[in-house]
Amino acid sequence: MTKLKINGHEVTVSGPDDAPLLWVIRDEVGLTGAKFGCGIGQCGACTVHVDGKAVRSCITPLKAVAGKAVTTIEGLDPAGAHPVQKAWIEVQAPQCGYCQSGQIMQAAALLQSNPHPTDADINAGMNGNLCRCMAYVRIKAAIKLAASRAKGAHA
Amino acid sequence: MTFQARTPDPAAPSRRGFLIAATSAGVALGFAGEAVAATGAPAGFEPTVWYDIGRDGVVTVNVIRAELGQHVGTAIARIVADELEADWSKVRIKTVDSDPKWGLMVTGGSWSVWQSYPIYSQAGAAGRMALIEEGAKLLKVAPGACTARNGAVHAGKASITYGQIVARGDLSRKLTPEELAKLPIKAAADRRLIGKATQARDIPGKTNGQGVYGLDSHVPGMIFARPKIPPTRYDSVVTAIDDSAAKSVPGYQRSIALTDPSGTVPGWVVVLADSFIAANKAAELVKVTWKSGPAAQVSEADLQRRSMELIADPKVGALVVEDPGVDQAFAAAKSKVEATYTTSTALHFQMEPVNALAFEKDGVFEVHTGNQWQSLVLPWLAKALDRPETTIVMRSYLLGGGFGRRLNGDYAVGAALAAKAAGKPVKLVLTRADDSRFDSPRSPSVQTVRMAFGEGGRVTAMEHTAAAGWPTLAMAPFFMPKGTNGVAYDPFSISGADHWYTVGAQRVRAVNNDLANTTFRPGWLRSVGPGWTNWALESFMDEAAHSAGVDPLAFRLKLLDAAGRNAGSGPTAVGGAKRQAAVLARVAAKAGWGKPLPKNTGLGLATSFGQERDMPTWVACAARVRVDPTTGVVKVEKLDLVADCGTVVHPDGALAQMQGASLWGMSLALFEGTTFKDGQVRDTNLGAYTPLRMADVPELDVEFMPSTEPPVGLGEPATTVVGPAIGNAIFNAVGARVRDLPIRPAAVLKAMKA
Repeated sequence: MTKLKINGHEVTVSGPDDAPLLWVIRDEVGLTGAKFGCGIGQCGACTVHVDGKAVRSCITPLKAVAGKAVTTIEGLDPAGAHPVQKAWIEVQAPQCGYCQSGQIMQAAALLQSNPHPTDADINAGMNGNLCRCMAYVRIKAAIKLAASRAKGAHA
Repeated sequence: MTFQARTPDPAAPSRRGFLIAATSAGVALGFAGEAVAATGAPAGFEPTVWYDIGRDGVVTVNVIRAELGQHVGTAIARIVADELEADWSKVRIKTVDSDPKWGLMVTGGSWSVWQSYPIYSQAGAAGRMALIEEGAKLLKVAPGACTARNGAVHAGKASITYGQIVARGDLSRKLTPEELAKLPIKAAADRRLIGKATQARDIPGKTNGQGVYGLDSHVPGMIFARPKIPPTRYDSVVTAIDDSAAKSVPGYQRSIALTDPSGTVPGWVVVLADSFIAANKAAELVKVTWKSGPAAQVSEADLQRRSMELIADPKVGALVVEDPGVDQAFAAAKSKVEATYTTSTALHFQMEPVNALAFEKDGVFEVHTGNQWQSLVLPWLAKALDRPETTIVMRSYLLGGGFGRRLNGDYAVGAALAAKAAGKPVKLVLTRADDSRFDSPRSPSVQTVRMAFGEGGRVTAMEHTAAAGWPTLAMAPFFMPKGTNGVAYDPFSISGADHWYTVGAQRVRAVNNDLANTTFRPGWLRSVGPGWTNWALESFMDEAAHSAGVDPLAFRLKLLDAAGRNAGSGPTAVGGAKRQAAVLARVAAKAGWGKPLPKNTGLGLATSFGQERDMPTWVACAARVRVDPTTGVVKVEKLDLVADCGTVVHPDGALAQMQGASLWGMSLALFEGTTFKDGQVRDTNLGAYTPLRMADVPELDVEFMPSTEPPVGLGEPATTVVGPAIGNAIFNAVGARVRDLPIRPAAVLKAMKA
């Protein structure tokens, strides 16, 4: 039994210590927004936040998150209206959408640590997230839009 | 070959009447079966409902196409809604499950909007006319005094909503095919939704985790399975299963060697467990021994050698185009050019590994999965499960990428057999490596192209021979037409070679690589044949132009003269090669063709008509690249693309398809490719297989030619022009001619020294 917090709720899960966090979240907790892509931490479709940092849940063993706070796409914003999510819709970023939970979680973490990223910062921060539909132009545009909104809010 | 010959269309309006019938919730509108249309008797009639309108005025459009990133539901619903004059905010989209009443269910070939446009336009117009007639009665005015707009019928200051008309009027109608054909379709200038900006309906659920993909399907009591993929696609037989080590995995149940009468998943063993975590771990510990046949020895080099052998024999293959006088023209030529082009095996690598949930319930076998061609899979499922197709249903989900992988629903068969064997619901999930090994990859290809020049540099003949594994032979041989020599061929594996250039006597020969088809199951991968045929064709057009001492742009434009069969005809191919010339000229102008560029930088052009001549999507690309002469590394700085796809139904969705498809083309040109080794693809996961990432994205400029011609497809055409444009740009930058895809730095360096 492992205790952790998911999207603000205390949960106790029964998966083995070495169970990948991704499958615990998907099949035991029942939140399916995080996706399975490569299973080796190289596509980013499974990205969630652990204590605010973007991690690849497919290679994160359950025991590593005991007592920690995990946030999935479902918990990023109660209304699904995080500035990054709003920007994503505004620029119509997703195509098939399968990678987008991970892209959004990665982008939200990027903007949290670097609110005004340059193009190079965005490339560096997002290069680990594969989009097979290759919607990269829009993903980058959405990140810039979200960043510019944040800038406006603080001006 | 016509589209009708290839894809019998059950809903072809020319053969069908149209019915509007009352239902408990409102009215249903749809095409009648031929028998119903002929007899005019709707007794006991169950319409093929393309949309319905409720008493609340909500219009629900049934969409048979898979949602795999193209926002196809939005495009199709807007076609209906525009013609119906519906209130877009009251339009809902329903992706339907498999049912024989829908006829052919397929999402591929970039056909969806093209095929749907005439049908859904007529369906919308029929509804509009009925609503106007009935609304006029309720308003007590003449129909001629009424207009339909925004979900209501208006007469002067009076108006009545569609919901009110449905609730109070009698919309029941029967239209004969002739009456349906006469319905006025709106003029382009009157369109209110088609061609106008809108947000895709499927997008919000893709930003908050609510979108439900096949991998997210769930039913109480389901168990999980991961397959053990055999060493070869077809000729491996299980001889022993040792699961002793797996028994220590909590939740592991058992391993079963599947018996598959359909031959879809031969040699499969499924490892069953309570959870995917357990199935995955147990599968690593289960040892299966197979006895494999000769396919286990086949390498990429063997495959390519076989293609070359076959091409060398002029008697082999199907003659797809065979004009008189080809050999005579080559014999009499003043000069000739010939070149051979190759492409490597490429994977679909869709982000969501293939998966399916299967179970039997109330006498019906349900398969829950994302799929692109239900009509192809259902007969396989019926054979595999030994039950009638009428007792099998495929439930539709979002697809985590299609790109042609899910046209082949072989994974659904594995899930269904596992569920049958287990006697309970089974969710089958492939890991990424499983998925790559079980992929139906794009076949490697070999092509030889030659051209004959006569007096004054006039092009007098051209011959294009392409050899590859054929997906349509492997999976849908009923789709194969015959060449002029009576030999059947895979149209999707040669299309593109039957181009719109006027080149004198032309021969196009399609050759099946039999070794490829016995070694693996070739797949349809985004654009299929033109992914390789246009690489050869458009690289060759530059080579031919250079050999003739003519500018490659001028050389192409002269041959795109729209003469003879290249004149094109309506509705979709109207304008023919003139439209291709127009997009090419436009992209060249935009990209600054002919202007000086820095050292080691080059601009390259390529053009295409997309895939099939009866649905041309005219597209052209200019690629600007910089080549590092010491490493051979190619940096794509900019891609300009211009497309003429007729009417653009959903402009932002169309732009997204062009953006994604062009980057796909770039990825396949520079970053993607694997090879067969011992009968299997060598690269099975990221790290080894390396699709384009964000940092590789060049500046991208996409433009659509304004047009009110019928819409054609957009999902694939742009993939076909980027590779050759890059190859031609490399030549223009550093004088290196590359003829193999993907273009690796070592090949550029080698070609620079050649």
